Amino acid sequence: MKSLFSLFPYLKKYRKKLIIGFIFVAISIVLQAIYPLVIGNAVDELSSPVHKHEIFYYSLISIVLILFGGIFLFFTRQTIIVVSREIENDLRYDFFSHLQFLSRDFYNRNTTGDIMAHATNDINNVRNFLGPGILYSVQTLLRTGLTLFILFNINPGLTAIALVPLPLISYIVYRVMKSTYSRSMKVQEAFSLMTAKAQENFSGIRVIKSYVREEFETKQFDNISQDYQKKNLSLARLQSYSFPMMFLLTGLSIIIVVYFGGLMVIKGTLTLGNVTEFIVYLGQLTWPMIAFGWIINLMQRAAPSMKRLMDINNTKPEIADDASTNKSISEKDIKGEIEFRSVSFKYPDLDNYILKDINLVIKKGESLGIIGHTGVGKSTLINLIPRVYDIVEGEIFIDGNNIKKIPLDVLRKSVGIVPQESFLFSDTIENNILYSVPNENLITKHNFKNELVKSSQIAGLYKDVQMFPDNFKTILGERGITLSGGQKQRTAIARAVFLKPKILILDDSLSAVDTSTEEEVIQGLKEVMKERTTVMISHRISTIKNCNNIIVLSDGKISEQGTHEELLKLEGEYYNIYLKQLLEEEIEKS
Amino acid sequence: MTKTRDKREEEALGKAIDSKLLKRLLAYFKPYKYYIFLATFISIFISALAAVRPRLTPIAIDDKIMNKDIPGLQIIVLILLGTLIFQGIVQYGLSYLTSWIGQKIIFDLRKKVYKHTINLNLKFYDENPIGRLVTRVTNDIDVLYEVFSSGIVTAFGDIFTIIWILCFMFTLDWKLTLITLSVLPLLVIATAIFRRKVRDSYRKIRLLIAKLNSFIQEHITGISVVQFFVKEKDTIEDFEKINRAHTKQNIRGILYYAVFFPVVELIGATAVGIIIWFGGGQVIQGIVSVGVIIAFLQYTEMFFRPIRDLSEKYNILQTAMASSERIFQLLDYQSPIIEPETPVDISKGVKGKIEFKNVWFAYNDGDNVLKNVSFEINPGEKVAFVGATGAGKTTIISLINRFYDVNNGEILVDGINIKNLKQRELRKNIGVVLQDVFLFSGDIKTNIDLGYDLISLETIDESIRNTGLEDFINTLPEGIYHKVTERGTTLSTGQKQLISFARALAFNPKILILDEATSSVDTETELLIQDAISKLIEGRTSIIIAHRLSTIQRCDKIIVMHKGEIKEMGTHQELLEQNGLYYKLYQLQYKENISVNN
Repeated sequence: MKSLFSLFPYLKKYRKKLIIGFIFVAISIVLQAIYPLVIGNAVDELSSPVHKHEIFYYSLISIVLILFGGIFLFFTRQTIIVVSREIENDLRYDFFSHLQFLSRDFYNRNTTGDIMAHATNDINNVRNFLGPGILYSVQTLLRTGLTLFILFNINPGLTAIALVPLPLISYIVYRVMKSTYSRSMKVQEAFSLMTAKAQENFSGIRVIKSYVREEFETKQFDNISQDYQKKNLSLARLQSYSFPMMFLLTGLSIIIVVYFGGLMVIKGTLTLGNVTEFIVYLGQLTWPMIAFGWIINLMQRAAPSMKRLMDINNTKPEIADDASTNKSISEKDIKGEIEFRSVSFKYPDLDNYILKDINLVIKKGESLGIIGHTGVGKSTLINLIPRVYDIVEGEIFIDGNNIKKIPLDVLRKSVGIVPQESFLFSDTIENNILYSVPNENLITKHNFKNELVKSSQIAGLYKDVQMFPDNFKTILGERGITLSGGQKQRTAIARAVFLKPKILILDDSLSAVDTSTEEEVIQGLKEVMKERTTVMISHRISTIKNCNNIIVLSDGKISEQGTHEELLKLEGEYYNIYLKQLLEEEIEKS
Repeated sequence: MTKTRDKREEEALGKAIDSKLLKRLLAYFKPYKYYIFLATFISIFISALAAVRPRLTPIAIDDKIMNKDIPGLQIIVLILLGTLIFQGIVQYGLSYLTSWIGQKIIFDLRKKVYKHTINLNLKFYDENPIGRLVTRVTNDIDVLYEVFSSGIVTAFGDIFTIIWILCFMFTLDWKLTLITLSVLPLLVIATAIFRRKVRDSYRKIRLLIAKLNSFIQEHITGISVVQFFVKEKDTIEDFEKINRAHTKQNIRGILYYAVFFPVVELIGATAVGIIIWFGGGQVIQGIVSVGVIIAFLQYTEMFFRPIRDLSEKYNILQTAMASSERIFQLLDYQSPIIEPETPVDISKGVKGKIEFKNVWFAYNDGDNVLKNVSFEINPGEKVAFVGATGAGKTTIISLINRFYDVNNGEILVDGINIKNLKQRELRKNIGVVLQDVFLFSGDIKTNIDLGYDLISLETIDESIRNTGLEDFINTLPEGIYHKVTERGTTLSTGQKQLISFARALAFNPKILILDEATSSVDTETELLIQDAISKLIEGRTSIIIAHRLSTIQRCDKIIVMHKGEIKEMGTHQELLEQNGLYYKLYQLQYKENISVNN
């Protein structure tokens, strides 16, 4: 429950609105509490000789009371519930903002699904507690207090008897909701199991069909489905019983009032109107009693959710500017010389080093090609430059500055990277290529038209774009068109080229591009590469053979280094790869 | 997942009720019709019970309390108490009964849909994303639960509640009833307006939530791009726009509720005011008793609920329409691979001769993957297929199993066209080991026998021994009952391979198809695998997509495929001497292995 205290700063921001809201609740409750008195009096008047205009007067008062009660209830909702939505907004904002700055390591440890669950379920749980939770607890307390006060004033004895079942309602609601929660968790688990089974069977359909296991798997699935049905029925049993139970207890209160109240009326210690008042008040108390059990549940659910949210919000980004950052370095100061000095690296949770003692200099404006088997550490190497991870041993310099001293945003703005998995946003092609343009400059988007065309030409994408339905305005992804792997890669290249970074890194970014288009892209890039330092990872010799320097990585170390010609002369690993690819080409042609 | 779900909900909100679909849905009630009758009957009965109690109030007040008849009051109170408890019990029974019916029907339907889906042809699976199929058998069916459970039965209850209350009110005082009912149009109008507003607003909120979630999801997935391009602040700004819009729409939704509830109360109060004013006048004139007034006050409160519930039911039905349409669409799909009407009986097993006669095949029309492929494999012969990726090797495997039907030509097993064989019988004779080993969650034993109880423990042990899995299994405390997790992530690639070999051995097929894995394993496992392969192919017709030189050398015949055609055929030596395509492939794929193997 302690975690809920961290909501205070959020509530404080809206304290004025909340206080006004509480006042409105109080007024609406007082008005509603007077209403049964009026009706009770009216009934009493009816039992004695009375004038017609007096009755009219009673009915009018009761309507006016409800009208004003309603108006204040309206304002209550407009304040308290609205505040809960505002806080939800703030919570989500804080959560999402914080996510933006967390390091890759955090994302490796938490799956997208988990983070999504926090952003949706957890925030929802907290919201439910904030809105209905706060409103109803205030309402419940006030209404219960006031009603009890009035009832005791009318007849303490009858009140005491009539109230017996009410706390039971609260307790039952509380218990029922608690088991409902645990049982619905079980239903959820069974559902996930069923989903997993279906997913597994449909993925393994080839094996199932090959070994003629359709019937067996159907039976297995039926068993899981049956279990799911069982869990659902156990939940249904609970729910079936809870409603009649509550209904029984409220009904009981009313019967008690009719009987004992009736006896008192007969004895003359109570009026018939009083009995009516009691019935109406008891009706009014039912809901607060139900709400009471409910609020406790909301709280129990919100507390762990809030804790999870705060845990993430309190996670410090591991890679960020600190005291040692040299703030005076700006983007203009970056020229593009990269040096790796005795760099070793391992991932936090693993024992073995991925990179061992890497020494490497890439001069400003020159290009480096990297080749080697999968898993040898190529991507890791280039990810160290924009500080996706911080190195464990050694140092990396850009223009003689240790990259840890360069402000992170300056460093990253100077490095244009085309990642291996070309991630594009489901937005227009134009917006994807212009991604590096800050929002505030986007208004003048048409100014970028020429560069947009140029970048896409360099990336060999322009011709493709011409064929899309809306040219550069074509939307990608689920709501738009699906690009081929090669088109995606070329869009990502155009995006990086548009940035005009001092350092351009291509991480196997042409793997899905066919050979003839590859040639075109490489030609286009040649011009761009003249002005900037370029690092290219590739599995194909053809992509990197023109680089100023090529390294072969194996087992975390640089095993061969030199120009294309030099490496061929070595007749080592590079040479072997070269021969293989020549053969492949030959076979492809035959 | 969330995204598609939101889309679905969006769609579901707009779906009109289609009588054809509804009729088809209702057909699933049939096996439970007596239970449905019972539930409906109970539901009508309960609505009557609930309506009776206020009817007793005037008796208690006018007759008993006013006449100071204490024993009479006691009797009435006892009756009240009795009906109350009775109603509670019956209510519980009804609620459980409807849930039970709903769950039963959902189970039946799910069983049917699952069985149908798992028996569909592979082309269907190629064309439909697995996620979508999973949704059909899970979420889509669950959506129908409410229709089958409380939906229709309690709708009857609601209607009857209204009828009963009206009856009782009329018997008490018809004039007062008509006057009380005068507020009803107001309530109906208010509810209708509110429903429409809330539904529109709800739809907008759903859309915004979908947008919000997909934005978060997208930017978590693409967080590296965000960070590479230093777009964190802009992203937050864009996010806040959607977040704000969502909050705003929600606040607008609150407004509707804030107006609606007080309005309903006001309408109720108006009815009460009218009863007191008009009824009061009647009381003065001695036409109506005080008890009747109190009963009327109770009835008006009872009257409002079923009216609100009924419009809820309509919404449930609407939501169900979209789901049921998708489910029926799936059920209506028929596999184009047709079982023969008079199949040739091969239940005694085949000899294992395989023949391709001028086979043409395309996954998509016009895009031929196999072009005029013919070859013959005699019983017990071992044939290796080699070729670059995309040569059509894997397709041959699928065609022998009749996962797809050929476009032209024929495939014969023991001289019988496979179209004349039962698919099950055909596949029972063919054991397949795929390159990408698929393991089911469960233990190692089930992954070997696949739950087939005719395979004895001895057979399993034997196949484990023959594939060299023994040593590994002995290191596991639970032995063959060791649990394998999702897609076998706890096992190494080599171990997974060996398990799939053991699987094939345990089923002891006449024809073995082996798609050798390309991934490299450590030398020790490599030797185990080679050893296992030679045991595996012994005494069977074997078709192997070979990646290992050792395997190729063991084969009687090598077929070289290139771009869907057979280019060369012969033994390893013969083909090497030809100095053609095989020679080049050999240099490319196997040369490196030579040093390892020889």
